Amino acid sequence: MTQAWAGRGPTGPWGLYLHVPFCATRCGYCDFNTYTAEELGPGAGRSEYAGTLIEELRLARHALPDAPPVSTVFIGGGTPTLIGADSLVRILDAVRDEFGVEPGAEITTEANPDSVGPEALERLLEGGVTRMSFGVQSLAPQVLRVLDRTHTPGRSLAALREARAAGFAHVSADLIYATPGETDADLAASVDGVLEAGVDHLSAYSLIVEPGTRLARQVARGEVEAPDDDIAAERYRLVDSLAGSAGLEWYEVSNWARPGAECRHNLGYWSNRDWWGAGPGAHGHLSGKRWWNLKHPAAYAEAVRRGDLPVAESEDLGDEERRLERVMLLVRVRGGLPTGDVPPDVRDALEAEGLVEVVDGQVTLTLDGRLLADHVVRRIVG
Amino acid sequence: MPAPQPGRTDPAVIRNFCIIAHIDHGKSTLADRMLQITGVVDDRQMRAQYLDRMDIERERGITIKSQAVRLPYRAQDGRDYVLNLIDTPGHVDFTYEVSRSLAACEGAVLLVDAAQGIEAQTLANLYLALENDLQIIPVLNKIDLPAAQPDKYAAELAHIIGCAPEDVLRVSAKTGDGVGELLEEVVRTVPPPVGNPDAPLRALIFDSVYDTYRGVVTYVRVIDGHVSTRERIAMMSTKAVHDLLEVGIISPEPMAAEAIGVGEVGYLITGVKDVRQSRVGDTVTSASKGATEALGGYRDPKPMVFSGLYPLDGSDYPDLREALDKLKLNDAALVFEPESSVALGFGFRCGFLGLLHLEIVRERLEREFGLDLISTAPNVVYHVTMDDGSEIEVTNPSEFPTGKVAEVREPVVRATILAPSEFVGTIMELCQARRGALLGMDYLSQDRVELRYTLPLAEIVFDFFDQLKSRTKGYASLDYEPSGEEAASLVKVDILLHGDAVDAFSAIVHRDKAYAYGVAMTAKLRELIPRQQFEVPIQAAIGSRVIARETIRAIRKDVLAKCYGGDITRKRKLLEKQKEGKKRMKMVGRVEVPQEAFIAALSTGEDAGKK
Repeated sequence: MTQAWAGRGPTGPWGLYLHVPFCATRCGYCDFNTYTAEELGPGAGRSEYAGTLIEELRLARHALPDAPPVSTVFIGGGTPTLIGADSLVRILDAVRDEFGVEPGAEITTEANPDSVGPEALERLLEGGVTRMSFGVQSLAPQVLRVLDRTHTPGRSLAALREARAAGFAHVSADLIYATPGETDADLAASVDGVLEAGVDHLSAYSLIVEPGTRLARQVARGEVEAPDDDIAAERYRLVDSLAGSAGLEWYEVSNWARPGAECRHNLGYWSNRDWWGAGPGAHGHLSGKRWWNLKHPAAYAEAVRRGDLPVAESEDLGDEERRLERVMLLVRVRGGLPTGDVPPDVRDALEAEGLVEVVDGQVTLTLDGRLLADHVVRRIVG
Repeated sequence: MPAPQPGRTDPAVIRNFCIIAHIDHGKSTLADRMLQITGVVDDRQMRAQYLDRMDIERERGITIKSQAVRLPYRAQDGRDYVLNLIDTPGHVDFTYEVSRSLAACEGAVLLVDAAQGIEAQTLANLYLALENDLQIIPVLNKIDLPAAQPDKYAAELAHIIGCAPEDVLRVSAKTGDGVGELLEEVVRTVPPPVGNPDAPLRALIFDSVYDTYRGVVTYVRVIDGHVSTRERIAMMSTKAVHDLLEVGIISPEPMAAEAIGVGEVGYLITGVKDVRQSRVGDTVTSASKGATEALGGYRDPKPMVFSGLYPLDGSDYPDLREALDKLKLNDAALVFEPESSVALGFGFRCGFLGLLHLEIVRERLEREFGLDLISTAPNVVYHVTMDDGSEIEVTNPSEFPTGKVAEVREPVVRATILAPSEFVGTIMELCQARRGALLGMDYLSQDRVELRYTLPLAEIVFDFFDQLKSRTKGYASLDYEPSGEEAASLVKVDILLHGDAVDAFSAIVHRDKAYAYGVAMTAKLRELIPRQQFEVPIQAAIGSRVIARETIRAIRKDVLAKCYGGDITRKRKLLEKQKEGKKRMKMVGRVEVPQEAFIAALSTGEDAGKK
């Protein structure tokens, strides 16, 4: 299996995504690859998980013998902090041992407000984490209830402040808007609240009813009203205006940051750069090859234990697929697409409709255009 | 003594008869028993519904194409007879074909389900048979069923045909009980054919079927003279002359014969490839020294109902053309010509005898030719007189003239509805709502009523039968026959999408119903058409006057919130799918409409009617 990566190793800046597939409870809207059970089989339980993930990093190193030190690391989930700060630090140590970490590298971990306290934050900071990303979602109690979030608004704000106080370079909050039952005022209070707590980065996502989730069943049964697109559009404008007035600029459709606080790891995804994804179900990309790992932690752990890369499937992108991806990813970021990537007639039409503007030779989305980004992509790719 | 041979059969021993029955009343099963009893099919070869050739016939339990089978039968009087069982199609759309089959007979078995009583179409065909002076043998079938009420329905039949209840035979086609007696009754009461054996040939075509291997097989009943193999024959309506390749009889498989003579029934093969050259109702004669006078009753098949048929996938258009060409070989009533629609692309305007004919053609196109089709709402033929006196025939709402219209005439039918008397009120209500005029009402028995109405065909075509069935719990039966044209206050309602008329949704409706149609159609489209980047008004209009309006609000959000590493492949695949889907989008002006929306809008009308 490792031969598949021969000659494909990253030569420029690259990232590592490390997936931790555990949550204390499962939220009704969530369709991520995450599990609430403590034990999932040999090597796959919460207590043994770090060891298995480190083992995959060793296998990865074997596949990428010439890779330079990593530029960004992102630990996502799930709830990474659920396996404990010590385990996360052990994993980061392994990253340093196997690949090395570039000076000034961005190392992010996601966390739930109620899964970390000052001590854990201290430990993570010492262990090399530079950026904390908290799943706040909302500061309105009735919204948190619809979303099945277990933390309180007060705990969220406290966690953000504790992270700031601990001295992380960057602190980010995730918010979800247009949840049924949320008002404009709820959302405004949530955005203002996290900004006041000192975040320099904000991700805001409209609530999506993903098929197969508990929320989808609730909507189907009429217990929860379906989120409304028109309301979502209004709320998006609200987030954009509040973030903007606090000095956070949009740099991707759903992300705002103070200048210099953009998430470099995520920018890598949108710029089509290379990254290795480790952990069950994690996706990776190396020079035009995409792959994803076995989804279930037990199957994943079993493969790693055998000494195999735990890959489920992979695809080699053809020219047409690369072009599609390039357009759909680059158009989402503020830098936009080079004008050469957009047929002139389409560009003129989109500009006339107020969806894009051309800035410094790049086609970039307007506020209206961001709300219709998928439409713009379809127009560009024909 | 051997059984009489074709071409050398004394007309005195021939009995030509048919079976008149409603769908499901057991006609095919009775025919099966007759084949067995007369020994032309042995038990080993027997299969259910032996005479029904097409799959659709067997599945739907109806006979579309009639056939004729020769049954040699030694009766109780010890004589050898030849019974020709002429099968008749059993649906309202094929009244003309039925009438030609009846014209080939001297007698008819009126077969009625002893648990259900007579149905409207059976009654209509019975009247046809009486008009043709056929000897009627009333028979109740399925007397073995626990739900059978033979006494009640025997009384009903006796009342209708004017015989005594005890004259009604009782059989079970399933068990064979009583079928022997029925054959005896046929021999005893059906008159033998009478014709002039020395006169020039005159044979009535009562069916013609296209066969892939043999070309057109024409079924005839010889009235005068005889027809022999290798003769040259002439079709009297078209004057076409053909060399006869084969003459024969069916018993129950085709058997070539030297000739067939007066009173006999058989088939002719000339090698022609198109049933239009061998038309039902036409008279066959000899090319030389032929008859001068044709048998009466010939009519050109006339389409009554039109619908646009479009391939779902535009690239299937040539296949659809080829399939229609093939079907046409076997269906003299099917007419079609190319048309194009803004909404649906290229397709064909097709004319049918009626709704069942439409359904059968559509089903055969889909099943036998593997085509996926959209059909537009069926409409009838209108004749429009303009103020300047000019006349326009409209077979498609889009042809409806825009200028000063003096009068619009629509086809009307004489409808007969049979139902239990408890439903009289609800049936009258329905007919009233459908612009019907009551002609009369009769009690067939204490609790069964016959209602006669004049109704616009357009109203029948628009889900009338489904409505009738649902309002009468399925008990009512309907039959109708064309009854000329009547002037009516009709208007064309156009549906406009962002100001552009969508041809597929234009409809010719009564002025009083235009508003309801407009409201229903605009509301339906609002649900089906996805939001666009701009606001899209949907309007229903008569000429330039808007009668209903809905608005599709502009889309304000079309973006997936999250697109991280693990989402990229999924999102790209979605995009590829959307690109593929875009090929199926139709542009109406600036509005992008998924073809599915058109299909749903056209088909929900039908579904709504079936509730």
